[in-house]
This record gives sequence, structure tokens and C-alpha cells, in this order.
Amino acid sequence: MMTLLILAVIVLGILAVTRLSRVYELTAALRDKREEEISDRDSKMNARLLMAFPFAYFAFFLWLTVHYKKHMLPVSASENGVWLDDLMNFNWAILIVAFFITNILLFYFAGKYYHRKDRRAYYYPHNNKWELAWTIVPAIVMIAIIIYGLNVWNRITAAPPAGTPQVELYAQQFNWTARYPGLDGKLGATDFRLINDKNPLGIVTPGSIKERLDELDTLIAADEKRLVNEDAYLPPDRKDELEIHLTHERRVAGRVVNLRTLMEQDIAEKGEASQYKYGADDIVVKEFHLPVRVPVELVIRSKDVIHSAFMPHMRAQMNAVPGMTTRIHMKPTITTDSMRTIMHDPAFEYLLLCNKICGANHFNMQMPLTVEPEGAYNVWLAQQKGFETGGPAKTEAAPMDTTQAKATTATAMNETPALPPGEPKKN
Amino acid sequence: MSSVATAPAAVQSHGHAEHHHHEESFISKYVFSQDHKMISKQFLVTAIIMAWVAVVMSIMFRLQLAWPNEGFAFTHFFLGDKWAPAGVLKPDMYLALVTIHGTIMVFFVLTGGLSGTFANLLIPFQVGARDMASGFLNMLSYWAFFISSVLMISSLFVEGGPASAGWTIYPPLSALPQAISGSDTGMTLWISSMAVFIASALLGGLNYIVTVLNLRTAGMKMTRLPLTVWALFITAVLGVLSFPVLLSASLLLMLDRLLGTSFYLSEIHIGGEPLDHMGGSPILFQHLFWFLGHPEVYIVLLPALGITSEVIATNSRKPIFGYRAMIGSILAIGFLSFIVWGHHMFITGMNPFLGSVFVFTTLLIAIPSAVKVFNYITTLWRGNIVLSPAMLFSIGLVATFIAGGLTGIILADSALDIPIHDTYFVVAHFHIVMGMSAIFGMFAGIYHWFPRMYGRMMNTKLGYAHFWVTFICAFGVFFPMHYIGLAGAPRRYYSYSEFTMFNGVIDLNILVTFFAITGALAQILFTYNFFHSIWRGQKSVQNPWKSNTLEWTSPVKPMHGNWAGPLPTVYRWPYDYSKPGKAEDFVPQNVPLEEGEEEVHG
Repeated sequence: MMTLLILAVIVLGILAVTRLSRVYELTAALRDKREEEISDRDSKMNARLLMAFPFAYFAFFLWLTVHYKKHMLPVSASENGVWLDDLMNFNWAILIVAFFITNILLFYFAGKYYHRKDRRAYYYPHNNKWELAWTIVPAIVMIAIIIYGLNVWNRITAAPPAGTPQVELYAQQFNWTARYPGLDGKLGATDFRLINDKNPLGIVTPGSIKERLDELDTLIAADEKRLVNEDAYLPPDRKDELEIHLTHERRVAGRVVNLRTLMEQDIAEKGEASQYKYGADDIVVKEFHLPVRVPVELVIRSKDVIHSAFMPHMRAQMNAVPGMTTRIHMKPTITTDSMRTIMHDPAFEYLLLCNKICGANHFNMQMPLTVEPEGAYNVWLAQQKGFETGGPAKTEAAPMDTTQAKATTATAMNETPALPPGEPKKN
Repeated sequence: MSSVATAPAAVQSHGHAEHHHHEESFISKYVFSQDHKMISKQFLVTAIIMAWVAVVMSIMFRLQLAWPNEGFAFTHFFLGDKWAPAGVLKPDMYLALVTIHGTIMVFFVLTGGLSGTFANLLIPFQVGARDMASGFLNMLSYWAFFISSVLMISSLFVEGGPASAGWTIYPPLSALPQAISGSDTGMTLWISSMAVFIASALLGGLNYIVTVLNLRTAGMKMTRLPLTVWALFITAVLGVLSFPVLLSASLLLMLDRLLGTSFYLSEIHIGGEPLDHMGGSPILFQHLFWFLGHPEVYIVLLPALGITSEVIATNSRKPIFGYRAMIGSILAIGFLSFIVWGHHMFITGMNPFLGSVFVFTTLLIAIPSAVKVFNYITTLWRGNIVLSPAMLFSIGLVATFIAGGLTGIILADSALDIPIHDTYFVVAHFHIVMGMSAIFGMFAGIYHWFPRMYGRMMNTKLGYAHFWVTFICAFGVFFPMHYIGLAGAPRRYYSYSEFTMFNGVIDLNILVTFFAITGALAQILFTYNFFHSIWRGQKSVQNPWKSNTLEWTSPVKPMHGNWAGPLPTVYRWPYDYSKPGKAEDFVPQNVPLEEGEEEVHG
């Protein structure tokens, strides 16, 4: 029904246009009016409209600016963001001036000098002085914009001070996982081949490698068994598929065995300082908390496709790229609670959004970010479980763990660890 | 370009008087034509059809954005139960529509359609040549374009849906069907279509370059070329240098997809399995893509700027102000466009110092752009402006070029890019500066040169209505998007109702959709006017706009070889409008200088 209605409207619209233009053509023919002779009357009418347009245009601009100002992002909740907002305002001040000047000149001239039969245009092919002026003035303005812009850029992207605590953000279709270093203050190595239900980030530890190898052996054995047992029933293409899959599984298992060798050598050389020793106490959570006024380095990785970690309130963004690690650092300055007061919205949450097209549910790949006072943050962190150390079986030991974790985390936050932070493993 | 000032005109005045008037068959005249005028019409009509496909797509996703998760008969009519059950667009189809809308608009309408139409029409006419250097390659160029259009459209009908990784097709999303269903056959067709498209662009581009360099008529020095030809010439150079890079990038992607290579893929775990790909880099693809992608922006924009330069001068009855500065700015923009691609990648984790370099080169482009704007404005100053529909669209272009150019300064600043990268602010920026400017330039060109193409005139009153509705709707659609973006709303989101943070601005989406639908309906006026005028428009006179360039010295009825007698000889630059001491307010290029008359170069 709706379709028919729409079609009818379109058809009627076309018919109306056809008839109107026919009427116009006939009357034009009667008046001996030719299309190429744009009459001075037509020019004048359009000139008036061109003169009027900037009023509507600027009014629209002002209305949008005034009416939607309160819905723009609130005051920046990170230190970087404050610098960025200042830079943004500086740029706007320049651009809005240029916007008004150029538009007023454009529409005023277009409207003022419309065609009149008794006039003649002023032959004015060029003027070096003017041309030099509007080359040099924009150049000077650009230099100012570049210098200020790069100054802020350099401040934001400068390497963080050694020992800045790290938090990992791990992206996958269509959710985020956070990883915090455990008692040792360092993130352990990872390998994507170790990823399974128990180890969603593929953290490499002697235990996780063993478990993954066992799992792969079981899978391989099952597939081998299937190939033998169902040889008679399996259609050829299904069988090929199974064989290819089996080869793939064996290859993965082979790589994991290589990884085990590497790990064993590394542990033999470095002992407890091996990056494969850091992972056991890492905290893998589906929540994202940060302490206020503590600089933090975010280590960003992806499991499958490119995502982008976007925190609009922090004015922070960095792509998550499979196969590489990206990093940003920032210092949140306003807690979630304070921002709730500022926004008059008791339900307000900072958000971590995905901002790089990543698949069908891209639009709902989000995680709230809680910024809280350091004390509350430490309490929250202490309640989390280590990847291997803090399984549910150890709940009775929790109080002790808590105090320990608190102490260590506080150390990690305030002091500079002697060793470089654990690099996620790269092949 | 060392030949700019000195190049002697290629002498091409051998009489074409023998007039071999062999009868052409329907096929050789209208289908496999080698005549530049027919090929230009073929490009234009194909582009209009493709543009409608892309416009209908945009209406479907605009409906979804304005009224998320509501059913629309319009959407259901086109997509059926599979992609829009009960008229509610599905999220993966939403992404597919966004992807194909962008692809069609950027490549098929604003590259193939704009350059294909006007380079073919105007280069031989305005340099005074009988046809393109190679009519046969030119024909191949169109038919490759046609085949690529068919391939792109056919991808809409495959099982998993068309490509849906965004028009920038970043891998791994575009490489892995496990990641999104459009990355299956749909993406294969997308890449195939683009490969053929690139062949078309290269065949066309080489032809344009050779024609401009070698087939200029006697007296047509490079410094007497109309700015349209300059713009189309530099556009062709940009295309020839950059499109092959996209071809290579796409071929490597194809290898990753079909043969299991690892150019762009590494350490990926998807569908519950680790993949075998190791050692590639998705960022490599982005470098290759944007090495084309940024010059592509100017491949889209320069022809439009060239067209408006010509239209504004003709209709202001005044020389274009600063002709040489205009050429210089085209050259500067063309050169700079090759060294700014990294500004699309500030937040990919690239070295911050490299980012600074791209900030610097990008912001440099603002200077030649500003020169262009001020030169346009000065051309209007004290003109005697005939406000034809073409002129209105040209003024519209300057307005959108200002609005979009200024926001470009924000986005080019790497630090400011961090909070607004990939938000609606970007969508607003490039639709205004690239989409609207280029399409306004294209409309200006169509209204202006329609009589040259078809020997008839388009209806002026409908042209006015078309301009005003389109112009107002362009701002109505894209201006509010800046605010949606500054509120932090990411682009390519199917809906914004999953959080409360955008509630304050999201009602703007309804306003935007209202303008989008109105703007789309206005294009019916244009389409009707265009096709109606082909057959029923008022017959055109030889030089309807009293213009100086050579195309208006050729007979109204298109003829093979363009000029019946010898080729015209050029004695002056194309912008002698309202020259003091002349009776008429225009002096065509083929009119010799009078005794004691001084030749002027802007």
C-alpha cells in the first residue's frame, strides 16, 4: 500500500513538472523568449536570492551553534583534551572570521553586480599586489596554525615517562577486553594462537601453552579419528575440507611447540624477568577502570580486524590493528562521579567506542570507562582475579591478596619500575 | 611543465575539407562510437544512472538514521525481506549501502562521470582538435567504464550482499568473509569492478594528456588554454600517476583473499580459529590506498574548479582574475596532493614525526585553495553577471569550497584530528568540499555545455528551481553533521540509540534526512529537464552564452571532425570579456588581434 502511494506521489510529481514546464515552454514561445537569453529580470531575481542567502545561512549556523552548544562534548576529562580544546578554539576563531569574510564578499558581489544591459563589466585581468596579498596572508595564518598545532601534537605524542603504568585494551568483533598488569606491574607476552575460551587474550605462560597444546592434540586426534571412522560416508569435498583443517591444526600446534621452545629458552636465560613470567597474574576483565590524575599508557591491540579505541570525553583515539601494538597515553582529570555532577546526569558514563568500521555490530561495540579516585580504583583492582594466580578456587585467600595487590599497585602507580614494561610478543 | 610558457602550438591545420561523409551505422554512431562528443554523452548518461542508484541508497540509510529500527515501504521495496525484513534495514546492509554509495559517488559519478564527460567533450573542442589522440582507446575507456559499472551493480545481487567494508575497503575487514558477509563474493566483484574502472581511467587519462600536449591548434599556447583544459589536464596526470597504485593495492588484497598470501594480514584470530596469515600489515594497504585516495580528492575536485573558472568568467562577462595564478594553484594543488596522504592515517599509530610532516604539507594546500577562492570572488567584483543556472551552481561551488575547505584546516591538524577522526565532522567536511563542490561543478558544466552536447537548451526555469532546492538542501544535509560530529558521534554507525550520549544531537538526523529527501526529489527536476531537453528542448544557437572558447565556433549540429574547414587558429587567451575598445563584450579566441591591440595574459 505504502509502496503504491509513494509511486503514485512520484508519478504525479513528474506529471505536474511535465505539465508546468510545457506551459512555461508555450508561454515562452508566445513571448518569443529564448532559453539562452537570461533576462535581466531573471538575473535580478536570482541576485536578490543570492543576497538573501547568507542571512539564512548565517542564521542557520548561529541557531545550530547556540541551540546545540549544550549538547556538544562536555569539558575535557583528560589533560590532553584540555590542550586540544584550546587549540580547537584558536582554530575556530580564525576560521569563523575567514568564513564570514569570504561568504559575505562572495554573495554580496554575486548579488550586487547582476547583469544589466546598459552596464559593462570592468576589465580587470590581474593585479600582482592583490594576488601576493592573498598568498602571503593565508601563508602566515597557516604558519601560526601549524606551529601551535604541532606543538600540541608533540606534547600529546611524546613518549610517556619511563614506568608509566600500562593498561591493555583488546578489541574484537564486537566488544572490548581490558588487561591490567598484576602484582609484578607488567603485562605478560601474548600470542594469538593460544586464544581459547579460557585465555581470550592469548597470554603466554607455561601453563597456558600446555593447556592449549593439550586442546590442540584433542582436536587433532578427534579429526583424525573422524577421517578414519567416517571414511565411507564423508562426501569427497567434506573430506577435503576436513583434511585441510587438520593440516591447519597441525601447523598451529607446530607453531605453538616452537613458541614453547622460545619461552623455555627465555625463562632459562632471564628467570623471573622473562616476559613469559609476567602473564600469570595479569587481570583480564570486561570492565575498564582508570584512576584519576594518574598518567596511564594504553596498549591497544586487536584480535581480528581494525578497530579504533575512541574515548570522546577524553579526546583520545587510537586504532587497534591486528598484528601490531599501538599506544597512547593520557591522564584522566575528572572522575565519573564529578562528571555526573557537571552534566547533571546521574547515569552518565564515559564511553570507549569503536570508531573504525569493523562489521555488522560496529555501532554497538562499546565499553563504559569508570574514572575513580585512586583508592577506589585500587579496591576495584584488588577484587579482580589474576589470569592464572587468582582462580575462583582461591577465594578464601582473597583478603590477603587484596592488601598485597593494593600495596603493589600503589607502588606501580607512583614509582618507576626498574625493568621495561612487558612487550606483547611479536613474531 | 617546462613547456608552459614556450610551447609552440602543434600545427594541425591540414584541411579536413575532403569531408568523407560515409554513413555511419547505428552501432558505430551511438554504441561503439569513437567520437569524443558521443563518448562524453555516454559517460554522462551512465553517470546519471549510477548517481541515482547511489542517491536511492543514501535515502534508505538516511531513513534508518532518522528513525532507527522503523520499517519503511521504500526500503522494503528495494531490498526485500532478506535485507530489510518489514522494511527495517539490517545492520550489515546498512554498511553495504554506505559502502556502495561512497564507491559509486566517488568513482563512478565524480571521477568517471565528471572527468569522462567533460574531458572528452571539452579537451578536443577547446584545444582545437578534430578528436582525441586515439578515438579507439577513448572508446575502450568508455566501455571499460561501462563494464565496471555493470560489475559494481551486479555485486548488489550476490548471496552475501555487496562489499560492506566502507568505500576505503580496509583489510582485514575487506579480506575476511568471516568478518562480514559482504567481504565474500561482493568484495571480489568490487575489486574486479575497480580493476576495470582503473583501466578505463588510465586509457582515458593518457588520451587526455596526449591530446592536450600534441593536438593543440595553431596559436594555442599552453598559456592560452582555457582553465577547464588546464584542470582536466592536471587531473589526468594525477589519475595516471595514482590509479595504478590502487590497482596494485587491490590486486594484493585479491591475492590475500583468494590465494592465502599475507600482504595485509597478520596474527588474526577470527571465527574461533587462528589464521595462518603472518607478517603482513593492514597499514600498508592504507598507505597504498591513500596514495591514490588523496590525489583522488583532487581528481574529483579539479575538473569542477576548471569548469567553474570558465563558467564564472563567461557569465561575469569579465576575465577570470589572475589566470596565471589560477594555473599555478592548479599545479600546486596537484603536486601537493601526492604528499599529503598520511593525514588520513594520523591515528593508525604512525610515527608522530611523520604525522607532523603530513600536517605541514596538508596545510600548505590551503594557500593555493585560498588563492582560488579570492580569485573567484575578485572575478565577480564589478562584473556584469548573467545568473544562468550554470553560473548559480558555480557560485554554489565557491560557497561549498569555502565551507568545506575551512573545516579541512581543522582535520589537517593532526592533534585536532584525534577527537574528530572518523566522526560525522569528517562526513560533513568531505561531502561539502568534495561531494557538493564537485557535483555543483558537474551541474554547472551540464547546464553550460548542454547546448554544445545536444544542440538544444535546457529549461532555465527548471534549472533555477533545481539549483535553489539543491543548494539549500546541500547545506541542510551536511551543515548539521558538523555538530553531530563535534558531539563525538562516530560515522558508519547503524544507529545511535545504543547509548544516551548522543541523545542531544541525534534529533538533527531527522532534519538532515528531511533535507536529504527534498534534495533527492529536486534531482527529479534535473533528470526530467535533462532528458526532456535532449529531444524537446529549444534548439540552440551557435554560441548561446557568448563565450570565447573554440567549442562554440564549431557548428551546432555535432559533426565528425568538429570543424568543416581548416581548424581554427588561436590569437588570444580565452578571457577577453568586456575588453575596453571592443564593441561586443566578448572576443573569441580565433579572432586576430587588431592593429595596436595588446595581448593580455592574466
